[in-house]
Amino acid sequence: MPETILVVVEQREGKLNRVSWETITAGQAVAAATGWPLEAAVVGASAASIAGEVATKKLAKVYAIESPKLEPYTPDAFSAALKQFLTTKPPKLVLMPHTYQVRDFVPKLATAMGRTVISDCIGFKHENGRLVFTRQMFQGKLAADVSFTSDAPWFATFQNGAFRGDQAEAGATAAPVETVSVEIAVNAIRNKPQEVFKEAKQAVDLTQAEVIVAVGRGIKEQKNIDIAKQLADALGADLAASRPICDNGWLPMDRQIGSSGQTVAPKLYLALGISGAIQHIVGMKGSRTIIAVNKDSEAPIFEIADYAIVGNLFDIVPPLIEEVKKAKAGG
Amino acid sequence: MKILVCMKQVPQKDAPLKLNETGAWIREDVSYEVNEPDAFALEEALRQKEKHTGEVVVITSGPARAQQVLREALAKGADRAIHLEDNAFVGFDAYNTAKAFAAAIKDEKFDLIFTGLQSDDYGYAQTGVILAELLGWPHATIIMQIEKTDAGIKVKRELEAGYFQFVDMPLPAVLTIQSGINKLRYATLIGIKNAKNKPLRKVALAEVQSAVGENLQKIEKLYVPQKTKKTEHIEGSPAEIARKLVDKLRNELRVL
Repeated sequence: MPETILVVVEQREGKLNRVSWETITAGQAVAAATGWPLEAAVVGASAASIAGEVATKKLAKVYAIESPKLEPYTPDAFSAALKQFLTTKPPKLVLMPHTYQVRDFVPKLATAMGRTVISDCIGFKHENGRLVFTRQMFQGKLAADVSFTSDAPWFATFQNGAFRGDQAEAGATAAPVETVSVEIAVNAIRNKPQEVFKEAKQAVDLTQAEVIVAVGRGIKEQKNIDIAKQLADALGADLAASRPICDNGWLPMDRQIGSSGQTVAPKLYLALGISGAIQHIVGMKGSRTIIAVNKDSEAPIFEIADYAIVGNLFDIVPPLIEEVKKAKAGG
Repeated sequence: MKILVCMKQVPQKDAPLKLNETGAWIREDVSYEVNEPDAFALEEALRQKEKHTGEVVVITSGPARAQQVLREALAKGADRAIHLEDNAFVGFDAYNTAKAFAAAIKDEKFDLIFTGLQSDDYGYAQTGVILAELLGWPHATIIMQIEKTDAGIKVKRELEAGYFQFVDMPLPAVLTIQSGINKLRYATLIGIKNAKNKPLRKVALAEVQSAVGENLQKIEKLYVPQKTKKTEHIEGSPAEIARKLVDKLRNELRVL
């Protein structure tokens, strides 16, 4: 079996999900370390145009895996299509972005092939001819180096932001594109998905915010949201929150930052009582400056903070509001 | 509807974690709690039962301490529990955990199996989907709403960046449940009392051993992540911290 790496890029409704470039960058890095050739695949009802877009990058080959049954997305069809393809052309390593769609089908695909997925990786190491993948555990408090103990193909997914998409190397010439038609049985698809929709009134656009004050579980009670709001008002900042706060209805869903909410990159992100679960971090780690206030000195938010304040937010925030007001008043 | 809820006991969110002597796992002398998304999965199962009648069964794997998760679930209204009891289960990868669960429930007939969308310890986000494939059932992930229909169920899947999608699917099925799908209930005193008399089946490792194999992936090393960013600690009394911070905001970050 030739040892190759296959990056499966993600397309939705005929458009390439930009996070796929990050996985190409990751694949190029693994290829450079191992010497294994790198290929890519696009899966969809008509994958050729995206395959052409992907083929501009430095890749040995791009496959367009096609069947009319791949639109709309279902885990049954995607798993069946890729299983068929990977069984005839088994690579050593299959890489994908850790998107909601990939999470939905890749454990099924690997299981159908008697294989495993090292999911949500943030990096890899190639030491003494061995490949290990680094992933976060315990909500980011610890990291683990994980190896495959099974036969190839090995499956790994990379966390959003683990590699830089703009660093995907372009090829000297376009990579050859091969279209592969797969057969999917009519009764193989059991789920009937309806149209994708956005919940009404996404009134708040935090993606353009310059300064964000965000609250997490540490705020304890709904009535305490007010001191965060006062601080946000004093700073002229937008108020945002981690998921549990919006789940509780303490702030509306459109103020949620993270994988299921908005992804932001303000000049300043002030995190109050946010522990820094991975799902939150992916939505805000692009912020230019991060200030975190948390009473737990081991909270993962401090890993990415520029300024750390270990302490009770209820002690810290009230004098901070006063100082900010004084400063604004020119004092 | 007969619903199985897969639950896991994980270290408490703010528990300080220390590595054990193997360097590949944590010292287990920490406080534990139920994996948060699993609590929402249980709540959803209880609500479905209240709407459509049926039975809610909870299952977990892990050492004796993990029984606490099942006791709490029984106190909240689950009808019975299954405990795959052995310390070895802690080190199972998602594939083996799903295989052990499938073996433990082989004589049952569930309409639905719920899991939380991922665990707070390993964070694989895989066990539910693997279990569906092992059972040959359809699945849907990151579910925010479940309605019974004539043909099966209609679920609301959460997608990224605020998008959603309704999916019709037949039963039996596996669903991974998103935190926040509902509002969690508290156990009542009478519930806690009643829980003591509810059936809890213990399954020894030997009973499922033939169904599981070697792990397909291995944690070589666990460690405190290396910081990629230089973090400056701001210390002092709250008033001092406020002054220092405002100085940074004004003179270094220039946001004031």
